[in-house]
Amino acid sequence: MSRQTISSDPIAVNDDVTGLDQFSTLTRRILVVYLPLAVFVFVLLFPFYWMAITAVKPDHQLSNYKEYSPFWVVEPTLAHIKYLLFETSYPGWLWNTMLVSVASTFISLLASVFAAYAIERVRFTGARVTGLLIFLAYLVPPSILFIPLAFIVFNVGIFDSRLALILTYPTFLIPFCTWLLMGYFRTIPFELEESALVDGATRWQILTKVILPLAVPGLISAGIFAFTLSWNEFIYALTFISSSENKTVPVGVLTELVRGDIYEWGALMSGALLGSLPVVILYSFFVDYYVSSMTGAVKE
Amino acid sequence: MAGAAPTRLSSIYGWLLESKNGLGLLFMLPAAAFLLCFLTYPLGLGVWLGFTDTKIGRSGIFIGLENYEWLFDDPIFWLSVYNTLLYTTVASVLKFGLGLWLALILNQHLPFKNLFRAIILLPWVVPTVLSALAFWWIYDSQFSIISYVLMNLGLISEPINFLGDPTNARASVIAANVWRGIPFVAISLLAGLQTIPQSLNEAAALDGATPWQRFTKITLPLLSPIIAVVMTFSVLFTFTDFQLIYVLTRGGPVNATHLMATLSFQRAIPGGQLGEGAAIAVAMIPFLLAAILFSFFGLQRRKWQQGASD
Repeated sequence: MSRQTISSDPIAVNDDVTGLDQFSTLTRRILVVYLPLAVFVFVLLFPFYWMAITAVKPDHQLSNYKEYSPFWVVEPTLAHIKYLLFETSYPGWLWNTMLVSVASTFISLLASVFAAYAIERVRFTGARVTGLLIFLAYLVPPSILFIPLAFIVFNVGIFDSRLALILTYPTFLIPFCTWLLMGYFRTIPFELEESALVDGATRWQILTKVILPLAVPGLISAGIFAFTLSWNEFIYALTFISSSENKTVPVGVLTELVRGDIYEWGALMSGALLGSLPVVILYSFFVDYYVSSMTGAVKE
Repeated sequence: MAGAAPTRLSSIYGWLLESKNGLGLLFMLPAAAFLLCFLTYPLGLGVWLGFTDTKIGRSGIFIGLENYEWLFDDPIFWLSVYNTLLYTTVASVLKFGLGLWLALILNQHLPFKNLFRAIILLPWVVPTVLSALAFWWIYDSQFSIISYVLMNLGLISEPINFLGDPTNARASVIAANVWRGIPFVAISLLAGLQTIPQSLNEAAALDGATPWQRFTKITLPLLSPIIAVVMTFSVLFTFTDFQLIYVLTRGGPVNATHLMATLSFQRAIPGGQLGEGAAIAVAMIPFLLAAILFSFFGLQRRKWQQGASD
């Protein structure tokens, strides 16, 4: 019977879908697949639930587990968020983070498009070696660079300014974006470029009119990924910024909202929640781009 | 003479715009400038600072290997090396095991597969510092939700001191790191799993292979190149981790969770000893190189497996 299906309709020979799953019973599937998956999802999501529930919990419920169930909230309050937005520098930190992330992402994308195109398509002498060096640059972690960078930033005179972050974030963004875009450019057929060359287009025209429109998905992937990486950056911002009005969200929340021994958990968790929202919203719109850029960075 | 300069200028122009190498140089310029100024130069400067006694606000002089000699006799430095290795090994093994398990689950035929995939990546998207704050609250010594649940179940009689006891603190930071690292490993391995044709599994099953045999003889070997790359990244990022420790313990209690990165920060920035901090950072480089070489050979093997020539 299966032979008949194959010969009559070759498209039906599909390699993914159910595979051998059809042989396992429901009980087995529940034990092997659904139960572990449920545990995984619960563990991976619980901290976010805990963050969110704490952010809207009135203070007296936070430390009273006897009368109020810690897992739920009665009379949710916006007091913590209000406190955060109107009595701390939090809005300023949000603005700084946004500004720094957008600027460094933009700079990195611009530099990376040119670099990736040159390495992948102009094929200058040593292009392969340059590509390998870019990959190695991606592997250099910020935790071994922050001390000399602090030294440089201080000597250049941009210590404690947003410019210091805008200029240093591309060190980890450019290698990543270039590497990702190289992969995208590689998938664009040579013939398109050749025919444009024959028609008399310059390299610049080929790049802007042929390659870039085709590489838009790659640009989006690289862009949102770079934005997320800069939004999450911590060690440079912690080292290079000292005044409150220039801090980014992660640094501000940690250094200014944690005071002494009395932790204002409500305000802290609201700060964490609000600070995560922009990237989470961006993520929810571009899930597939994220996945492709993450796996694209790992694949050769 | 007056005409020579423009001609030479225009010939340079022509070289830049027409020839491969000129154009390549022009296009590489922005990225290369950034990376040379803010990556290569600091890397070299870091190595140099490790040989000086530079302090914040005071430029140092060359003191040879003195920083390293000092570190060699410093028990806290060796403790941080031990902690880093322990942290990296345990966390990476757990991330790999759990991540592979999750990837295998997600590779099954599931309803709402894309939704699950999206949800699972969340811990990785949210800024580490902010999710670490949530863990800090979960690990609170008095109001920890884990202690509350365990106490209500009657398993323990008093709250667990998560971050105050050396062993507990180590386990806690590792757990938080694993929590954050699983999504990356799982989703990357899932991408690798999806490239393995089901027909191989079916053929093996027809030949009487058990699920375990199919896993070890088909899935793992075909997945091994991507495992090598993913785990190299994972090991690199775990080894150089800073944010999580800084938020949760700042290296305490009694330096039990100090990693090399956090120790380097503490000595260099609040402590002001830039030279010594840089030396600790430089001491991380051999380990990183080992990981990179491991990745390199992982990639080589991949080429060979695909039948390409070296």
